[in-house]
Amino acid sequence: MIPVGAVYALAGLMFAGVAVLEALDRAQPRRFLRAAFWGAFAASFLFGDLWGDRANGLLLIAMVLIAGLGGFKRAPGQASDVDARSSAPSDQPLGAAWRIFAPALAVPLVTLAGALLLGKASVGGVPLIDPKQATPISLGLGVLSALTLAYAVLRPRPLEPLQAARGIIDAVGWAALLPQTLAALGAVFALAGVGHVVGDLLARVLPLDNRFAVVCAFTGGMALFTIIMGNAFAAFPVMAAAIGLPLIVRRFGGDPAVMGAVGMLSGFCGTLVTPMAANFNMVPAALLELKDRYGVIKAQAPSAAALLAANTLILYFFCFRR
Amino acid sequence: MLALIGIVIVVVGFAAGINPLLVVVTAALASGLLAGLAPLDVVAALGKAFNQNRFVSVVWIILPVVGLLERYGLQARARDLVGRLKRSSPGGILTGYMLARQITAALGLNALGGHPQMVRPLIAPMAEAAAERMRPDVDAPLKETIRANAAASDNMGAFFGEDIFIAFGSILLIKAVLKSGGVEVSPLALSAWAAPTAILAFVVHAVRMARLDRRLRRLKGASGPAVEADPDGAAP
Repeated sequence: MIPVGAVYALAGLMFAGVAVLEALDRAQPRRFLRAAFWGAFAASFLFGDLWGDRANGLLLIAMVLIAGLGGFKRAPGQASDVDARSSAPSDQPLGAAWRIFAPALAVPLVTLAGALLLGKASVGGVPLIDPKQATPISLGLGVLSALTLAYAVLRPRPLEPLQAARGIIDAVGWAALLPQTLAALGAVFALAGVGHVVGDLLARVLPLDNRFAVVCAFTGGMALFTIIMGNAFAAFPVMAAAIGLPLIVRRFGGDPAVMGAVGMLSGFCGTLVTPMAANFNMVPAALLELKDRYGVIKAQAPSAAALLAANTLILYFFCFRR
Repeated sequence: MLALIGIVIVVVGFAAGINPLLVVVTAALASGLLAGLAPLDVVAALGKAFNQNRFVSVVWIILPVVGLLERYGLQARARDLVGRLKRSSPGGILTGYMLARQITAALGLNALGGHPQMVRPLIAPMAEAAAERMRPDVDAPLKETIRANAAASDNMGAFFGEDIFIAFGSILLIKAVLKSGGVEVSPLALSAWAAPTAILAFVVHAVRMARLDRRLRRLKGASGPAVEADPDGAAP
């Protein structure tokens, strides 16, 4: 069986390679701070299960201090490579140049096939891959097959993929760590009982007799709590327990399916506008090298507002038809 | 009420523009301490959660592939592709991508998109190239808006598509939460009630993308003959 640890080892080796390249690059400002950051990320992937929780916590704090103390500040005048890249001429004949799409499409296709097929496959009763982690493992297989294909078709120098990866991850910088750190924050919030406190608070201040006000409080509360937590999945149990089930379903006799589905989608409207949903909003801004860190959120905000209003109306008009 | 200090730290920290990593870890440590945990136990709880969520960061292993292909001209090829489409516009490309993303996500094929996999290497350069083809004088801020909207198209399509797929996590979560509250719902009903919002999401996004195209066409201070010969941006 391929365990998910194999994919973590792959990620660890990649980040270790990035750290070495950073440390060797004399032109890079603060190269040792950056090398330490990526090296710590590599160590977390490679050894996170071997040493205890406390060591992992200290490792995270060390990485955050490096990022917070300016380890990723650009030297003045050091431009990003986005312009050089977009105007770079392709020096290959046109026919051959189109082959480049093959490895590009291999990643999603192999990932998809792996997630759909390998997740259930077994040999002699032993599952081929850890079925609970089918997607990350399939992504690992997709990346390895695309790399094999790319080496065969493009014939790059051996270290070229790693150097190219370093170019991008350097532009993304500390934001690469943000989604995982936010997931950890969610777990600590749950431990501290944040959800219950918010739910109690809402239940105490709500007007109980006005159906429209209750619907607004539910959809708006889903969006707002999702903005705070960065995740509609964390908001839904709290809001369903505070408003959805006791008021919309029990008191006003609403359809629980409409309440559940539209409530969750109201949360997604919050996901579109919160920096706490880093992998959807902050990481793409870094990947696309936007000057405005909140550029993606600003592009989504009008759609999110319109859809939140639409969800509120859908819930109000279609939840209480009986 | 003390448990809410973490939320306050997050809101104030983000608003003040402090490094988000620093804000988030400070909020986690403060919440844990105020919930009555010993300092080292808070560090351990944070470390445990961080370690358990490594799968979130696994997506970065795609970078050697994406970076290599970009070096060998993947973005340039994506631009060439747009150059051959006579009637392409950034809004049209992004609306089409959102529709494809939404339909595949509704079928459970969520792995077919994503920001490092599709948006950075393919979709954003295609949309930018279409804008340059329509208006060679398109300025940098508008290009940046187009790139931001490429990311938005992926998010909108994924969010308001995946919720229709009955085996998706959110439907299973809704069902489980309601069941623990003593209410049974069928996944199919949840999926059906996600559809109206999904359709509206597409309409809203398509209208906004059409307005982006119009904004591009109406750019002031146009230079070059492309504008007079081609008021609709129909031909290169």
